[in-house]
Amino acid sequence: MSANAQNYNSWLHRFIVVTAVATFLLLGLGGLVTSHEAGMSVPDWPTSYGYNMFALPIKFWRGGAFFEHTHRLLASAVGLLTTMLAVWLWFRDSRNWMRWLGVLAFVLVALQGVLGGLRVTLHMDNLGIVHGALAQLFFVLICVLALFTSRWWKNSVAAVCDRRSNSETSTAVADRRCSNLRWLVLFTTLLIFGQLILGATMRHQHAGLAIPDFPLAYGKIWPDTGAFAVARYNADRIEVISVNPITAFEIELQMVHRIMALAVFILVAAAAWLSWKQLGGKNPLAKLAFFWLALVVVQILLGAATIWTNKAADVATAHVLVGALSLATGALWCAAALRRLEPMSRIEPAGTISGAFGAHPALAANK
Amino acid sequence: MKASPVLLLIALLAVSTAVRAADIIGTITLKGTPPAEIPITPLMDNPDCAAMHKTTPTTHFYVVGPNGELADVVVLLKGVTGKSTGATAPPVVLDQKGCLYEPQILAIQTGQKLVVKNSDQCIHNVHCMPTVAGNDEHNDAQMPGGADLTYTFPQPEMFLKFKCDVHPWMFAWVSIIDSPYYCVSGPDGKFVIKNVPPGKYTVEADHRKLGSQTQDVEVKDGNVTANFTFEVK
Repeated sequence: MSANAQNYNSWLHRFIVVTAVATFLLLGLGGLVTSHEAGMSVPDWPTSYGYNMFALPIKFWRGGAFFEHTHRLLASAVGLLTTMLAVWLWFRDSRNWMRWLGVLAFVLVALQGVLGGLRVTLHMDNLGIVHGALAQLFFVLICVLALFTSRWWKNSVAAVCDRRSNSETSTAVADRRCSNLRWLVLFTTLLIFGQLILGATMRHQHAGLAIPDFPLAYGKIWPDTGAFAVARYNADRIEVISVNPITAFEIELQMVHRIMALAVFILVAAAAWLSWKQLGGKNPLAKLAFFWLALVVVQILLGAATIWTNKAADVATAHVLVGALSLATGALWCAAALRRLEPMSRIEPAGTISGAFGAHPALAANK
Repeated sequence: MKASPVLLLIALLAVSTAVRAADIIGTITLKGTPPAEIPITPLMDNPDCAAMHKTTPTTHFYVVGPNGELADVVVLLKGVTGKSTGATAPPVVLDQKGCLYEPQILAIQTGQKLVVKNSDQCIHNVHCMPTVAGNDEHNDAQMPGGADLTYTFPQPEMFLKFKCDVHPWMFAWVSIIDSPYYCVSGPDGKFVIKNVPPGKYTVEADHRKLGSQTQDVEVKDGNVTANFTFEVK
């Protein structure tokens, strides 16, 4: 029995899935906190208005404080789940690397808690950007842990990377195609993470919508960011929420965000097409790549809707959540490819593969 | 006892200065049509706050009279610093009423006490966000019926933002001036800067949205008028 089969524990897997769902909800609540400009509505931490956080009277769960306080409560729950997960992995999973991933998850969630608290007590807006970015990474880690403890991972067989391979295709060519596809997905996933950091930076300027229209920007393809123009944008804007004035930097940041969104779309579309071409439409990785493409299309529409609805809090928060799913999907593809895709050169005549994840059978051709 | 000649001279100088100090007065008007104010709908979505209003309040960035009189312009003497009497001046009050700050635009001196009250039956957090080094950021919860909060700011700063994060539509802008020579224009657009000593000055008028204008004046032996006209472009 392979090491993976020995480690399979359906209850552990379910527990990690529950943790992933709770983390996703926590991301949503955190998104609502920022979308409602409520990050500082409870000035103290770890107490809340002087009360023990778990004993705050319901009458104070109002306005912005409702989002901030429930965010803190759910964060505590996710922290507890993650601690249990780390302990469970440490004592029950024989894969050393899995144990340490569990420890990493614990460290990240503890760091997240401290970052969130310090952002409030030190009045440091920029910590909110780090807090938001780290939240995404933590979510990806939990999703990947769920994958590594899944029945799919246990049973999955490697397949030849390039189904177009035939006797006339050299092994080197097939391997290169396989490697290029993996690198494309990895690069695109990292680009999505960069895009998320850009988005977090934009949101934490607390300046509202730096550009109020889409697909144009102040009626142009590239907006005027001169001093007079920016002064006019601020003079014309009537803001209901107490946002900061727009600056040229914020306008340019949003333009870069738009351009990167286009780049992400093109690269994800390329990854989906290449996956289909190299692996076949029935291959799970090809299906995942098309799901990824669908997510990115939805994400672009949500980005546009965020502008068209004047940054409605629920729309902006949905944009954050789909961004997180896009990042996690890319990461899951990369992780699944470690198990599922093998270059031809590594498939032995007996049809097995040895690797970091233990020996497992290989298919001679993709099915 | 004979009065000291030196003392007499000082008294004479003081009297002559007081006699010669004058006011700088003026009217501020707006040309053009400003963007329309919009209803603060999130306020009415909050049950605590909606209960205090019969109709939906609107934003008021451009408070303009029937003849273009422009309110909420902070008028001061540019470059006149180090003359603050804030430490001995009476406190200025900023109130939270109906989940709105009153007034939205105000001015105080460096070192002068700003007292923030909560006249509402709901919690607010008073979060001031200075951008000038030396003025500290504060974020304090204020319970309904709770004690007043008092702040002072040692550095001059224009339009320092106060906000409530529990009710994010609440904000006020406090300008901190390093002299007693300032005023905020009223609903009639008028301003009066009192008891300005003789001399040449640059009068600066600042509006949160419309920017800044200046005018050079000379105070001699009577009031000086400096009118400003802002224009919506």
